[in-house]
Amino acid sequence: MALYSDAVMDHFTNPRNVGKIDDADGVGEVGNARCGDIMKIYLKVNKETGIIEDVKFNTFGCASAIASSSMATCLIKGQPISKALELTNQAVVEALEGLPAIKVHCSVLAEEAIKAAVKDYYDKNGVEYDPEIFKEKHIHE
Amino acid sequence: MQNSSFAAMQEEDKKSRNFSDFFLFPIDIIGNKVYIICEKPIMLIGNRKAGEKMTVYVDNAATTKMSDTAFKAMAPFMQEIYGNPSSLHHIGQQAKEYLEDARERVANCIGALPSEIYFTSGGSEADNQAILTAAHNGALKGKKHIISSKFEHHAVLHTLDKLKKEGFEITLLDVYSEGIVRAEDLKKAIREDTALVTIMTANNEVGTIQPIKELSEVCKERGVIFHTDAVQAVGHIPVNVKDFGVDMLSVSAHKFHGPKGVGFLYCRKGIILQNLINGGAQERNKRAGTENLPAIVGMAAALEEAVSKLDENAKYISALRDKIIEGVADIERSRVNGDLKHHLPGTVNMCFEGIEGESLLLLLDQAGICASSGSACTSGSLDPSHVLLSMGIPVETAHGSLRLSFSEYNTEEEVDLILETIHKVVVYLRSISPVWEKIMKGEVIE
Repeated sequence: MALYSDAVMDHFTNPRNVGKIDDADGVGEVGNARCGDIMKIYLKVNKETGIIEDVKFNTFGCASAIASSSMATCLIKGQPISKALELTNQAVVEALEGLPAIKVHCSVLAEEAIKAAVKDYYDKNGVEYDPEIFKEKHIHE
Repeated sequence: MQNSSFAAMQEEDKKSRNFSDFFLFPIDIIGNKVYIICEKPIMLIGNRKAGEKMTVYVDNAATTKMSDTAFKAMAPFMQEIYGNPSSLHHIGQQAKEYLEDARERVANCIGALPSEIYFTSGGSEADNQAILTAAHNGALKGKKHIISSKFEHHAVLHTLDKLKKEGFEITLLDVYSEGIVRAEDLKKAIREDTALVTIMTANNEVGTIQPIKELSEVCKERGVIFHTDAVQAVGHIPVNVKDFGVDMLSVSAHKFHGPKGVGFLYCRKGIILQNLINGGAQERNKRAGTENLPAIVGMAAALEEAVSKLDENAKYISALRDKIIEGVADIERSRVNGDLKHHLPGTVNMCFEGIEGESLLLLLDQAGICASSGSACTSGSLDPSHVLLSMGIPVETAHGSLRLSFSEYNTEEEVDLILETIHKVVVYLRSISPVWEKIMKGEVIE
């Protein structure tokens, strides 16, 4: 049995949406180098429609961290902000055809990175929101 | 022909770039610059054509390929000489003769007496039996203190954890940035109630060799039993139990091109071994269970071969290792871990800042290269290798470690491919790493 599913290996070796957006509307970074993974998400949002027109990521971490970032960006690209906020780590795991139990925290990190980027977008654009939706899952110390 | 700096390339490229692009467009990396040397989308790694994948096995500290000599030596013991050495009939006694012959041969390889060799299932069992024996024998005299080092193999450290729970006091000596235990530290740590000192001959992750002779002399002066886990050393560097002055020494066959699941414990005459496995009278009552004769004979053949070619192999293998060390020197913010003056010929451990080891390992694997890492993600916990941390390597750097361990089956061509691939993978992973971005901006990492 392989360590990872084909989908994880695909998104790890050919990650989608890798890079940075210099004039991003929202940027979110979660994790820390001591724990071994950091994800940074950049959003470009159409302010009229609220659609995420572009999303990029940079990730320091293991194969499943890179694959989770890639899959999460795929799941929210072209979607309205509200959809991005609904993205759960479970949806990322399912789209990746599963992650080993000790790697599930990578998908949580991807969910949190996207939420952090949306929060940054809201803060920069004076959008009011319920702080509860940005409550961290605290899986990382 | 395109020629631009890596940062500029990143700026120009508005589309996302991925790992396969790096291989679709062969690049040459000198320092921080990436040169696209060919725009034709052909798969070309090293001298291979599209679709061809060479497997490069450089994880010989994990296990080795069995040698032809060992394999051929084992074959007759499956179907021809299949007797149980404990049986009294001629088939059994024939097996017994081969068993004792193998014992004599491995004993000769390490300067021991045949009666001082106890066959086991491998290095871990030998470590367990040695440590538990010394602890038990010590406790009978009221000695419940054991000294070891911070970067021992888990077979040692976890056995010590068990003893700690049973009331033993454990002192773990520092190994410093060079990855070497100091005899003066041992002198200071030994107490009246010290039952055992156990220090590995060579470290499995970084390859540093410990001053066993010096350490054993300290133990002798103080009358303390000294055990060494020589799993990474035997068959690779000269190991003689008399020169070493050790009381017990653990060996595993699959680290020197022998079979898996077999090893032995050298236990000096005069020390009463305690059983781990109880039952029959095998191994002079010290290790029950019918002997794994095919594996034992294979081990003897492999060890004799490794010892007879030791100098020749060490010279060849260390040249490959040195080529790797020289070849990665141009990668900025990289380091080779451990004192290279006291080092196994074939093992090298390095760290690349800003990248994570598992990603590095799996991308090397995609290119056909089998290596190892001390990153947290390969250990199944959040903490990276205890070996690297014990040497004072920062946690975030330890995540980006890579261990390459060579054998005489590796070639210079393979080293070239490894170096080329490491350069590409490190540049690629750093190009998508927010940690590397911070390092480049001179920002302090949390």
